[in-house]
Amino acid sequence: MKYNVTITIGLKEGMLNPEARAIQHALANLGFPTEDLSTARLFRITLDAPHAAAAKREAGQMCERLLANPVIHHYTIEVE
Amino acid sequence: MRFAVVQFGGSNCDRDTYHVLADVCGVDTDLVWYKDGLARPYDAVVLPGGFSYGDYLRAGAIAARTPIMAELIRHAKSGGLVLGICNGAQIGSEAGLVPGTFTLNAYPKFISRHVHLRVENATSPFTAFYREGEVIRVPIAHKEGRYVAPGEVLARLNREGRVAFRFCDEQGNVTPESNPNGSAENITGVLSEAGNVLAMMPHPERASESALGSEDGVKIFNSMMAYIEEHGRRRAMH
Repeated sequence: MKYNVTITIGLKEGMLNPEARAIQHALANLGFPTEDLSTARLFRITLDAPHAAAAKREAGQMCERLLANPVIHHYTIEVE
Repeated sequence: MRFAVVQFGGSNCDRDTYHVLADVCGVDTDLVWYKDGLARPYDAVVLPGGFSYGDYLRAGAIAARTPIMAELIRHAKSGGLVLGICNGAQIGSEAGLVPGTFTLNAYPKFISRHVHLRVENATSPFTAFYREGEVIRVPIAHKEGRYVAPGEVLARLNREGRVAFRFCDEQGNVTPESNPNGSAENITGVLSEAGNVLAMMPHPERASESALGSEDGVKIFNSMMAYIEEHGRRRAMH
């Protein structure tokens, strides 16, 4: 069966995010003060799997082996 | 004695590194295209700087998962020397050859300039030609070079003498002002547990000839050659 998997990878809590800090600063300059801002990377993947749990497991392995770096990242996986 | 310099698509310091090894240091060196693998035994393998795979995903992440890296990991496990410079350091950390990771600079722009480094470990195969505490001048050129590792890893690196270099000022003081990219504890050179892998962001190959303003970097390559000469040649087995 085909599954659409969405993987979101962000920095772990407390990790310095220079990109987010620069964006937050730029938004403030435009008159949009924000209390907090973080960035994340989103991957949309379509894959074949026997069931949703298997699709999620496969996506988890993708994160562990390539998409995320466990030193700095956490990730979430949604399967449709 | 034979060195290899691995070329990935997007490597751009491969020929500089080859030139220093072959022409300045006079060691037999092969440029090895990553798809060709390590086809013969090598005493040392250098992962050069550049932008392998366009820095897609994370700098070094994709190159770290190419088949030649499995051969390189075997080479390292059998005691062979591995030096990762800049993008090579990012590839080495992504491949798990050293702990931690090199990520986006604290101020997120590309920095290309000479910096001062304090030699923290002068007994490794890469640094034996330096004195402990010696201050050297070597260029950096990166946007993703901020060293990050969990606190317990940093503690272990310190305890085991596995920090090779820290950013410092001209007098050798390790200060926040002398830390160009926000690296944890100013660390920019990390040794593997066995000490035979060094991942470093600065470019010693760009500081190996007087015409380039500094010869401080060439001692790394000379240290490696002396180590191999002294300890016998540990050829990678395939």
